[in-house]
Amino acid sequence: MSAVMDNLPALQVAVPLIGAPICALLIRGYFSWIFATIVSWLTFAISIALMAEVLRSGELTYYMGGWSAPWGIEYHIDALSALLLVLVSGMGAIIMPAARLAIGVEVTPRARRLFFTVALLALTGMLGIVATGDAFNLYVFLEISSLASYALVAMGNTRRATTAAFNYLVLGTIGATFILIGIGLIYSVTGTLNMADLAAKLREVGPTATVEAAFAFIIVGAAVKFALFPTHFWMPNAYTYAPSLVSAFFGATATKVGAYILIRFIFTVFGAHFAFDEMHLSWVLIPVAIAGAFTASLVACWQDDLKRMLAFSSVAQIGYIGLGIGLNNQDGLVAAIVHVFNHGLMKGALFLVMACVILRLGRADMTTFQGLGRRLPVTMAVFVVAGLSMIGVPLTVGFISKWYLVAGALEQGLWPVAALVLISSLISGVYIWRVVEVAYFRPPLDDVKVERPPALLLVPTMMLGLLCVVFGITTDFTVNVALLATRTLGLAP
Amino acid sequence: MIGVIDTGTLAWIAVALPAASTVAIMLARRYRDVREGITMATSATTFVIVALLTLPVLLGDRPTVTLAIPIHGLPIKLTLEPLGMLFALVASLLWIVTSIYSIGYMRANNEEKQTRYYAFFAIAIASALGVAFAGNMFTLFIFYEALTISTYPLVTHHGTDEARRAGRTYLGLLLGTSIAFQLLAIVWTWVAADTLDFVPGGILEGHVGGAALIVLLLLYVYGIGKAALMPLHRWLPAAMVAPTPVSALLHAVAVVKAGVFTVLKVIIYIFGIDLLAQTSGSQILVWLAGTTIIVASLVALGQDNLKRRLAYSTVSQLSYVVLGAAILAPISVAGAAIHIAAHALGKITLFFVAGAIHTSAHKTLVSELDGIGRRMPWTMAAFTIGTLSMIGLPPTFGFISKWFMLEGALATEQFVPVAVIVLSTLLNAAYFLPIVYRAFFKAPPQGSPSHGEAPLPMTMALLATAGGTVLFFFAPGIPGILSFMAAGSIP
Repeated sequence: MSAVMDNLPALQVAVPLIGAPICALLIRGYFSWIFATIVSWLTFAISIALMAEVLRSGELTYYMGGWSAPWGIEYHIDALSALLLVLVSGMGAIIMPAARLAIGVEVTPRARRLFFTVALLALTGMLGIVATGDAFNLYVFLEISSLASYALVAMGNTRRATTAAFNYLVLGTIGATFILIGIGLIYSVTGTLNMADLAAKLREVGPTATVEAAFAFIIVGAAVKFALFPTHFWMPNAYTYAPSLVSAFFGATATKVGAYILIRFIFTVFGAHFAFDEMHLSWVLIPVAIAGAFTASLVACWQDDLKRMLAFSSVAQIGYIGLGIGLNNQDGLVAAIVHVFNHGLMKGALFLVMACVILRLGRADMTTFQGLGRRLPVTMAVFVVAGLSMIGVPLTVGFISKWYLVAGALEQGLWPVAALVLISSLISGVYIWRVVEVAYFRPPLDDVKVERPPALLLVPTMMLGLLCVVFGITTDFTVNVALLATRTLGLAP
Repeated sequence: MIGVIDTGTLAWIAVALPAASTVAIMLARRYRDVREGITMATSATTFVIVALLTLPVLLGDRPTVTLAIPIHGLPIKLTLEPLGMLFALVASLLWIVTSIYSIGYMRANNEEKQTRYYAFFAIAIASALGVAFAGNMFTLFIFYEALTISTYPLVTHHGTDEARRAGRTYLGLLLGTSIAFQLLAIVWTWVAADTLDFVPGGILEGHVGGAALIVLLLLYVYGIGKAALMPLHRWLPAAMVAPTPVSALLHAVAVVKAGVFTVLKVIIYIFGIDLLAQTSGSQILVWLAGTTIIVASLVALGQDNLKRRLAYSTVSQLSYVVLGAAILAPISVAGAAIHIAAHALGKITLFFVAGAIHTSAHKTLVSELDGIGRRMPWTMAAFTIGTLSMIGLPPTFGFISKWFMLEGALATEQFVPVAVIVLSTLLNAAYFLPIVYRAFFKAPPQGSPSHGEAPLPMTMALLATAGGTVLFFFAPGIPGILSFMAAGSIP
């Protein structure tokens, strides 16, 4: 037993990595679904165990093959990575059981057989990015997750999924290449790839032109992965035309991993002093984040396809995370980290609602939502709860994030920023309520009886909706882990 | 105190019980007598609990209980204090009366979706009690928002296009102002003072001052959209599309009183009367409230729809409470607190009458009310009493609150509030007394169908509240004591 416990950081990534090819070997789709579900729940259990360990002992380090850093690859798990591991693997575990039903409707027949293999690879890549303490290893996992993501988006059953995936591939590759260039540059001046080692050596090197260029490359590259406005152009189409469950999984995790890369490089590798005092990152990040929150929220108000609306809403919410990072104080970073988790919950819930609707009605646009309050009462109730959370109404997770964000802005004396955050959150009220009004006040288009979505899909949807409220009331887990993370990242004593 | 349960827990039960009753109401949806029985039993029990809680508060106890700590260092907690107790007593007592009235109204008008109606009504009352008992501004904000959202389905009850539009105004203004202004003010207070507790004398002394203090005050008073300070009052007339019991209890008592109650809390416990007295903030507030009182009364004069006229009257009367607080004399603050109870009793009577007329005579316009006093004498007698209370004439409760506010203004030699109160008294008379005159002294139109009083539960309810309006003139008792305790005149 202790052998398992000692190797948990490696198992976190290895289990889904080994699971993926086995999944491909299983002939019947049914078996690969069962197997992928078991693997995803096992992965989730490992992440919970890791989280417990981190909460008990602070940080975990693991040397691959026993080679100690900086020569070998180090896995380093602190509060921030543990939280992301729980989020990513938890989403995988919640969504995987429902996948078989939804892919029957939303995935092209040819691709169905390999769906679970690719999904596990995407999971592996994201978990690897978060778990590793090695900059180049991070890039490798980034490519694994990205390639798997392009494939998952392309599996959508409309022909536009292919172009969406291609766009995603082009922009994603540019982002990943930028990150690689940046890592190469800092390797050239420090001769190391281990993050902790990099951090120490970069302090000795000081702010040379090479380091500054590396910083710029990595920030821009991570921003593309993070879909931070205005580098978000791959995202709306990718989320609209991907199968809904893939959108739910990505909406909750993929961009969050981008946020993780950003936070990790800014605070751990380069250090807050270099990033904010030398490079004045706030001057870029805060305006861009606010502009993104406003533009994307407004664009979301005009969308007829609700998956597209949710994608734009994600761009806006990512703006809040970017803002939290850019504030460079404890409350701001707590807001960013908590919102990474909280937005994962609410966006996951909302995309699962879309999956339910598409499964039963074939589409998810404004006209299909007419009268849905009566036809799919439970599903719509989840939409309302997650939607209220998106607006940031008290007793939902969105409120917690917003509170810390506004407090962080006010502590920096940036009261216009605080006001803009609140006003932009009202715009999200507009696009959410547009749907609520259509669903509850307009009669349905036809009299066809709509059955309740199957339990395998409805239960995960309800679960995420419920979590939006639970973590809005008891924040012992989310906020405490975020506070712990800000301490390890050096923003608080 | 009461045997095994301590007072703090009991306060939670008072809030949780109405919320929990929704489950029972939903389960009993097929049996309407059971469903309404649950509503009646819950409202009665809730009132008994609130009444029991009043005793320790009168004795000077301030029980506190914490439920959760969602923000680091900032708990959701309840603390019982006199002002909140007064509001809770008013809301829970009138919930009983309104429940009786609702049964008559909803059945006689064959309203749809009655289960949803009773369920959200109970949640709204739970939220209002949460506002009343909130132990800090953070908790208050949470219940304030819960009250907005739980009343939305009640406002849009009929599901028509008109209801949808009204709902949009309602939610847009209330949620919009509370998030854009109030939340900003609250977080600002939190960042500046590092606490959001309600402390007699305020928490801002030494943390915020000068022009920033006035900006903060304005963020609060305009962020509390439920207080319906002009020009953010439009949600209130819009909310009149709801069934009349909703207008009566929620939009004359629970929701709007939650608004002015919050304003009072902010002035007394966040800013502190002494701190405000040092700035020109209270003067600005006097002018804002005064303008709202006069302008809303003028608008009410021109409304032919009875419920809309009552709504504008409410807008005007709410600003009395703000005005009374802004005068900043302890006696006027007590008057403002009493006015929460006085206006509640009077205005709910008037709305009950409007609903009774709608139910038995199917009339909604003032110009249609000629001679209605002959067919519905009891109802219109109650209306007259409510009217007198609105104008502020004896022997009604409204006289008491106005008296104290005037006394405070005169004692501190502030003549703007005095002028406003005098002028608005005349305006109140001008838009209410013609209705009474029409009802009793004009002949009914030829050939109108004959009808009598509204169903018994409705008539009983409106006579009860009218009776209360007179009773509390002679014996202000508990409401009076609680108000003076809140204003700091009685320790």
